[in-house]
Amino acid sequence: MWAYIIRRIAQGLFILFIVTGACFALTRLSSDPMAQYSTVQRMSEQDRARIRQKLGLDQPLYVQYVRWLGLALEGDLGQSLFSKQPVALLIRQRLPMTLILMITAEVVIVTLSVALGTLSAIKQYSRFDNLVTSFSFIGYSMPIFFIALMLMLVFAVRFKAWGLPYFPTGADVWDFKDPAAMAWHLVLPVSALVIIQTAAYSRYIRSSMLEVLGQDYIRTARAKGLTQNSVLYKHAFRNAALPFVTILGLDIPFLLGGAIVTESIFAWPGMGRLFWEYAQRGDYPVVMGVLLLVSTAVIFFTIITDVAYTFIDPRIRLS
Amino acid sequence: MATDAVQTAELGKLDLRTLEVIGPELSPRQLAWRRFRKHKLALIGAGGFLLLLTFIVVGSVLVPESRSNEGNLRSRLSAPGQEHWLGSDSTGRDVFSRIIYGGQISLVIGFLAVALAVSLGTVIGTVAAYYGGVVDALLMRFTEAMLSIPALFLLIVLGRFLGRDAATITLFGRSFNGSVGVVILVIGATSWMYLARIVRANVLSLREQDFVSAAKALGAKNRHLFLVHLIPNTLGPIIVAATLGLANAIIAEAYVSFLGLGVQPPTASWGNMMQQALSFIQRGAWWMWLFPSLFIVYTILCINLVGDGLRDALDPRSGKRHFA
Repeated sequence: MWAYIIRRIAQGLFILFIVTGACFALTRLSSDPMAQYSTVQRMSEQDRARIRQKLGLDQPLYVQYVRWLGLALEGDLGQSLFSKQPVALLIRQRLPMTLILMITAEVVIVTLSVALGTLSAIKQYSRFDNLVTSFSFIGYSMPIFFIALMLMLVFAVRFKAWGLPYFPTGADVWDFKDPAAMAWHLVLPVSALVIIQTAAYSRYIRSSMLEVLGQDYIRTARAKGLTQNSVLYKHAFRNAALPFVTILGLDIPFLLGGAIVTESIFAWPGMGRLFWEYAQRGDYPVVMGVLLLVSTAVIFFTIITDVAYTFIDPRIRLS
Repeated sequence: MATDAVQTAELGKLDLRTLEVIGPELSPRQLAWRRFRKHKLALIGAGGFLLLLTFIVVGSVLVPESRSNEGNLRSRLSAPGQEHWLGSDSTGRDVFSRIIYGGQISLVIGFLAVALAVSLGTVIGTVAAYYGGVVDALLMRFTEAMLSIPALFLLIVLGRFLGRDAATITLFGRSFNGSVGVVILVIGATSWMYLARIVRANVLSLREQDFVSAAKALGAKNRHLFLVHLIPNTLGPIIVAATLGLANAIIAEAYVSFLGLGVQPPTASWGNMMQQALSFIQRGAWWMWLFPSLFIVYTILCINLVGDGLRDALDPRSGKRHFA
């Protein structure tokens, strides 16, 4: 067991090395960090050379990467090229906002999709099942910005025009300390995320529940004369939930990255928007900081999920 | 003894067939087609997709491209009506024609990106499984590395890198903005990972089977093994992944263009039409984004229905990416 875990961690570090190396090269070469000074008239050639040297841009690319990696290992992610703020500080400001948005959404998504998925599997081919299945199929086929813009148009723009109570379109101008205001601003972005992701998850739960319901041990449980509830929830649901827990475990670290499109549309100051705003300007220290954080979390959670699975399901052995 | 056994087995088979206990023997392909045909939703999806293709092909014959790319500022932002069936956009370009030509671009991007992703995934998966050892370890770590970055982040990093200088390409007498090629590369290069894993798992189990050992013993070259034995026997999951991948690629195009990293105007794509509509939502120009989105949703829905049917018919395992 320990040998397995240690090997996985070593592999994980190697993966991080590939991720950071490749992303560093791609981001660093995407645009010239000195471009921001190109319009500054008073800057002489010597000034530019001095800045290049100070930022380490005069070194070969791999030296720049090794330097970045060394500092990152010491916990120093550097500072933004443009706003000059430390990357760690930027992430600390944005991370809580992303977690508020994503965790709220995830809780609603999981509750809703477990309920809808299980119910529609139990009542397979009923009107309820057909309705849920159709909606999840449509939701599954939608880009999130479609649903986000639709929600915004109806509940923010039209409702305001009709003189009804309306939801805000963005999160930029409000008091972050006021929980009620925050909840009010959360409604539309969370709804958009919920509509898209519930569609995918409930389909998954429905099919794994149906698979379990077809198994022999369910028939045995019924034949023993167990009540419907006992069969469905004690026997079927527990087993059907198992693969779902894995999927959830693998999806959770991605929450840290936030939702680029949703956060941009609703002007939510989260990680996704941080990444997007700074990536557009080629601000590689910030981009690398966010990628490093998310990627580390993903790799860590993958190992945890694999190990945890052996405890939940004794049939699985690690090798 | 051995011939006796064979004879008995053949006799048994013959008897059963004359008694019509079992039907005519079907090839795996016929079996799959039969299962697919039973899938009513999949047939609806296939029909719907053909309808869309017809619409786009006939549309591009009837409507000149200039109508989609050249605006008329006098009739900008006009609502759907006689002049512009689905309205006009902020520079007076006809939304209906832009949907036709944007659809061309979106579908071309989808198909080519999937072709790229499928080739990459198949090659990487087969090579990793067949050679094993260090090659396998390195390729799989690389695959995991790409999977550890959220899909959209990956698209942005690569899109910005490749999008630095995109030249204009001329193809079939139409000039395409170079960004189209960039988008194809970016989407193709970031969506092969699930397929590579599926193919690898499949080839790993095939490698141990007797017919592969027999082929090797007969002196088959690697090329022959790959092209005749390993890849054709993995075709089921590849087809399923390619179909669902087509849906993903079209959605990915929409996301990338929506973020402004995709197809550059005046060339239309469904994704960049929505992006251009973004700033006019509050001014009530609903036709600018509603119609392209409906086309995206309709297309993806059809493809996903087909993909679902194919998966039931061919293979249960396959991955689907999510964007947020």
